[in-house]
Amino acid sequence: MQRQKVLVLYLANSALDAPVIGWAVYDGTGQTRPMAGDNDEAPYATGVDALKDGWRLIQAAQLLPHHGSDEFDVSYLKYEFFFEQLVEVAV
Amino acid sequence: MTALPLLSAVDMATFVARGFLRFDAVVPDDINRQFMAEVGDIPGPEQGRKLLRTYTELMAGAAIPEVPAGVPLARAYPQGGAIERLLALPLVKGAIQSLVGPDPVFDHHFLHVTFPAAYHEAGGAENVSQHTHQDSTIDPGAGFDLQVMYYPHAVTRPMGGTRFVPGTHLRRVSEAALGRYQNIRGQQHMVCEPGTLLFLHSGIWHGGGVNLSDATRTMFKIRINPGVTQVRQWDIATLPPQPAARPIFFVKSAQPRTVESILMTPEPWFEQDTGRLEFINRMKLWRHVAGNPGFDADHWMTRLENPARYAPPDAS
Repeated sequence: MQRQKVLVLYLANSALDAPVIGWAVYDGTGQTRPMAGDNDEAPYATGVDALKDGWRLIQAAQLLPHHGSDEFDVSYLKYEFFFEQLVEVAV
Repeated sequence: MTALPLLSAVDMATFVARGFLRFDAVVPDDINRQFMAEVGDIPGPEQGRKLLRTYTELMAGAAIPEVPAGVPLARAYPQGGAIERLLALPLVKGAIQSLVGPDPVFDHHFLHVTFPAAYHEAGGAENVSQHTHQDSTIDPGAGFDLQVMYYPHAVTRPMGGTRFVPGTHLRRVSEAALGRYQNIRGQQHMVCEPGTLLFLHSGIWHGGGVNLSDATRTMFKIRINPGVTQVRQWDIATLPPQPAARPIFFVKSAQPRTVESILMTPEPWFEQDTGRLEFINRMKLWRHVAGNPGFDADHWMTRLENPARYAPPDAS
């Protein structure tokens, strides 16, 4: 039986080899319990480093045009990349 | 009568740029002890007892008053109580006046108690940290509210502490929508001595850390609204004349620490493009609190507002 582990990396720009500025991990195996504030050190230096370690990229944030009059507003982190690993677990 | 110690230009620029000011161990021990006595004893974990029940009983028994939103802060707390005494400390009073002006308004307060694992296990709940969030709602206003976080006892790293991300306060987001951001480069955890205060811009991203110690952790938060303008309420005498424009990008030596350099210092999490928008939004807030609509640093605003770009063709 397989379970999914998800890694979310936030990068400094839209390139997958850009530096990691934020991260999150969700573990469908239940073997670990990642949570907010649990690590001050990023798991990888860049998105490509996650690929090299076996994570599969499954989604990347789109580049969207900026709406008139709010071009200077900032809100959510822009460069979000979702990765997965499928892990064998005993049932 | 001694003048209040208002915040300096450097303090204000730091708050505008990073969204917080930290004052370590500034509340005297007798006020800290009085506050903990007013909170009252917290009963130990009991099998089957839900945390909500413990919390409800704790609030009911505490000598901290219920206060209606919108009353003057000066009338929110009973004379001689720990919080009234804390708010009367010159450093505290001066910093509050600098940020939200004289006669500020009480918004709400809350007693944050973070319990060790044994309480969660007894109540059948999981011991986890709070998701990162921004308080209240999307807030497009020019000014801000102030959140005073009071740490009446020592907080160690295993106790969790308030987690916050410097420099996130100008992001327009919707409360818990950012909950998926578990960790952000540059995040800080409040590990501190008793009597420490953390003054936060109301927009800063933050969350309560998981308590992995054996002791309960107590923090008291007060949200304060401005009652009048927030423009030039700080120590304007400390504001030096704006220096001559400094070189940008091609720079051969370290620049002196000034309001401009503080506003132009990035955070570790800044994206490469929106980091520049952060600078612009910092300058907009500085223009507001300094009452100087023409302020610029490092040519960012001047470039965008250059009147020559909008001038009609020369008739001559």
